[in-house]
Amino acid sequence: MADLKRTVYHEIHQSFGAKMVPFAGYDMPVQYPMGVMKEHLHTRSHAGLFDVSHMGQVILRAKSGVLADAALALETLVPVSVLGLAPGRQRYGIFTNETGGILDDLMIANRGDHLFLVVNAACKDADIAHMKQHLSDTCEIEVINDRSLIALQGPKAEAALAALNPAAKDMRFMDVATLELAGAQCWVSRSGYTGEDGYEISVPNQFAVPLAQALLADGDVQPIGLGARDSLRLEAGLCLYGNDIDTTTSPVEAGIEWAIQKIRRTGGARAGDFPGAARILSELDNGAARRRVGIVPDGRAPMRAGTQLYATAEGGDAIGSVTSGAFGPSIGGPMSMGYVGIEYAGDGTQIFGEVRGKRQPAVVAQMPFRPSTYKR
Amino acid sequence: MKYTEEHEWLQVEDDLVIVGITAHASEQLGDIVFVELPDEGTTVSKDDEAVVIESVKAASDILAPLDGEIVEVNAALEDDPGKINEDPTGDGWIFKMKIEDMSVLDDLMDEAAYNKHIS
Repeated sequence: MADLKRTVYHEIHQSFGAKMVPFAGYDMPVQYPMGVMKEHLHTRSHAGLFDVSHMGQVILRAKSGVLADAALALETLVPVSVLGLAPGRQRYGIFTNETGGILDDLMIANRGDHLFLVVNAACKDADIAHMKQHLSDTCEIEVINDRSLIALQGPKAEAALAALNPAAKDMRFMDVATLELAGAQCWVSRSGYTGEDGYEISVPNQFAVPLAQALLADGDVQPIGLGARDSLRLEAGLCLYGNDIDTTTSPVEAGIEWAIQKIRRTGGARAGDFPGAARILSELDNGAARRRVGIVPDGRAPMRAGTQLYATAEGGDAIGSVTSGAFGPSIGGPMSMGYVGIEYAGDGTQIFGEVRGKRQPAVVAQMPFRPSTYKR
Repeated sequence: MKYTEEHEWLQVEDDLVIVGITAHASEQLGDIVFVELPDEGTTVSKDDEAVVIESVKAASDILAPLDGEIVEVNAALEDDPGKINEDPTGDGWIFKMKIEDMSVLDDLMDEAAYNKHIS
């Protein structure tokens, strides 16, 4: 696996006894000796530190020097209001394609004189090429390779970060700020992907290891691997790109239309003018034929990705399939998300998932499976 | 205690054989979250899929190690499958079998041979 890329934290992962796996071209920790279940629960009760340096960090600047020009340019690729994003704030976004599918999901931050984007590891090369192709006339697209990215998540995250800089306490959910942490100028957002309060921290590579060590010196903070990251985000009802959303799913089918502000919808001042607008605006008005839903199987057996879903215990064609499924350590039972025909998407609808050749009962359920604890 | 290449342990108790998975196997599987046990009284042939174990990572089958009848299952695992991780060769036992001829156990690995198998 010599061709796998490594983050600057590789030696730290190994020193903590991580089990490493290939993920999006990187050698990443899937779990530490604590194990996925305890890592998950530790994050929910204390705080977890995640290496997410494999994700892409990109700065977008308008050649005119006017931030609004960069915001308007990015709006041609994402159906969200970037212009309406206030300085010091971040919001969730999606790159859409011409057929209304999703190329990637991302975070967009307004950092005063530029936009700062965080994109998925597996999509980052394509995202950067996509932006260079469509935005180069008006924007400078700067790929950030000299910074690492970590996420500190959980109820003890605030205290752990505030010990390094008390200003961390003053941030609320989706705020972004530059904070000095362990001597480094860090780009911090109060966000994450676990359903917990917490922070994502972009740190210069030369300060990345000392910052992680400073955070891990706090007895409440443990390193957490990708295994628990996946069960945490699933309990929080959050999509994993490539599993739950992809080029074949529209934002309305995926149930993430909340990310499309009114101003970009039919009747809004900047309606449309993004890839796939015809389909997406129509689905916003008329609904989509299928929808991503939460699914709670009866009993303890997980219904994993690929499980076919049916309306009845016997016979009939599949009504959809599971895109993510696992055991939820905090809810103490199995949970899945997947797509079903819209007529089956109502909360409480009885459905069946075929597990090892047998149709097992399950119920369509609201997400998140566990209430999120963001500091709004 | 005897061992199979499929990482099961077998322990003779009176006229029955107790079956579970080894500590090595439980570590490889990760946290176990679900166990689907066979009905007591099921007759199995060697290598039949007898039990399904789901860990945080994936589902795995446990194969019947020998021909025989499953006479008792560890029903406590249904509510607390994590016992397999905590105590794989004790409270985490999975089922008890009645087999015709105990001498077939002689063909299985002993502890030294199993340790070599997993090293």
